[in-house]
Amino acid sequence: MFNLLGVPPQVLFGQLLLGLINGSFYALLSLGLAVIFGMLNVINFAHGALYMVGAFVAWLLLTYLGLGYWWALLVAPTVVGLVGIALEKTMLSRLYKLDHLYGLLLTFGLALIFEGAFRHQYGVSGQPYPIPDALKGGQNLGFMFLPNYRGWVVVASLVICFGTWFAIERTKLGAYLRAATENPTLVQAFGINVPVMVSLTYGFGVALAGLAGVLAAPIYQVSPLMGTNLIIIVFAVVVIGGMGSILGAIVTGLGLGMLEGLTKVFYPEASNIVVFVVMAIVLLIKPAGLFGRER
Amino acid sequence: MPDGAITKTAMLEIADLHAFYGESHVLHGVSLEVRQGEVVTLLGRNGAGKTTTMRSIMGIVSKRSGSIRFQGTELVGMAQHRIPRLGIGYVPEERGIFSSLSVDENLTLPPVVKDGGMTVQQIYDLFPNLKGRGSTQGTRLSGGEQQMLAIARILRTGANLILLDEPTEGLAPVIIEQIGVAVRALKARGFTIVLVEQNFRFAATIADRHYVMEEGHVVDMIPNDQLDANMDKLHTYLGV
Repeated sequence: MFNLLGVPPQVLFGQLLLGLINGSFYALLSLGLAVIFGMLNVINFAHGALYMVGAFVAWLLLTYLGLGYWWALLVAPTVVGLVGIALEKTMLSRLYKLDHLYGLLLTFGLALIFEGAFRHQYGVSGQPYPIPDALKGGQNLGFMFLPNYRGWVVVASLVICFGTWFAIERTKLGAYLRAATENPTLVQAFGINVPVMVSLTYGFGVALAGLAGVLAAPIYQVSPLMGTNLIIIVFAVVVIGGMGSILGAIVTGLGLGMLEGLTKVFYPEASNIVVFVVMAIVLLIKPAGLFGRER
Repeated sequence: MPDGAITKTAMLEIADLHAFYGESHVLHGVSLEVRQGEVVTLLGRNGAGKTTTMRSIMGIVSKRSGSIRFQGTELVGMAQHRIPRLGIGYVPEERGIFSSLSVDENLTLPPVVKDGGMTVQQIYDLFPNLKGRGSTQGTRLSGGEQQMLAIARILRTGANLILLDEPTEGLAPVIIEQIGVAVRALKARGFTIVLVEQNFRFAATIADRHYVMEEGHVVDMIPNDQLDANMDKLHTYLGV
């Protein structure tokens, strides 16, 4: 048995993997927040709650309809996306001309309502969600044991994140989105229905949160509070990456997850605050965030 | 469309247009008409309502009353994104080149709304400066090139009425000359153009008629061939 920097490799790589998993969720969630903030200028506090709703939709599908994980991957983001579009159409769209604070307050209130409703119905103890059969078991990599499902989560979120990045930065549809983020009035004056684009963008952003919720269900338990626990860190990730920066959200999410994992190995006491320490340092040195542009 | 032919019927008819920014009443009964194939300028001092007239046509200023008819269709009350789809292209004063888009992406952003738009090759022939710059970030172009790009991207869409808001503002004389050549080429192709200008010497080289605006309405109309005879009057209007 050899040691790496004074710790056994199983411990080091185990924590790094855990960090990578957490980082995948940070990346997926902060990506959605970045897309929404860029287009709507709304800091979507309901993001964590909608992630929880995504996980619950998966659990409800399985419990009451017998529809398994793969169906949930399709249905839950769709449901969450449609809920998001309805929220945007009926409530958020009325706030764009007001201060940012109102959007934040509204979405914070919505988050409390969602969480309260699920807590009332299902209590605070988590509901277990099984790993799908195809992804049970694991691989012995020699230096560590990799459970198949965790490997799948990392790969799936990387594919989704970079797919989203590609769609926004390299396609025609993404060009509309970037242009409308910069100057919605002019894009509308070219004949594009910007309000519909805004609704769809919000729907897409929260659908990513719903999808993350399904991915998370077999790892963490399905609980009304699962979003609250995560969202504070995700907001820190967004601030570090730079508000509204797509690439920043992805890279920072994964990076900070790993950093957290490493901190757990070398100085466990600091693992809960390391993200916030990084945030404070980044804000001091580069207030717009690592990938953010000064406005 | 016949080359440069001016027909008798109005393509754009504005009657008693009032427009508001919030509580402030900016246009007080603007009336004018533009016939197909014409180049018409709106002249006037700063704050006379020239830009607001254009923004009202596009529906960007949404609080408006009166009538704006384009090829017989009423634009007041129409959803904002439908107006450009009738075939009206807008080149804003601030040019509106997107910094997060490349030159190519800027050029191809506005959707094609009608058949008969210019091809990218024809656009490059008109504005050779844009050729080979496709992957450059839009806002890295010089001011003149950005103006060319702002006009160029409308030409692809098939819009047959073009609203040009101060295309020469802040540009060097040699660039203004190039923009003038391009606008004349567009007129020869049969485009109808409404031009806001402070620089009436430039306007005189391309326009058929000039509307003079003051304090939110049209006070005079001067055909270009009578410009010399009306020079004193124009100087008074513009305060130059």
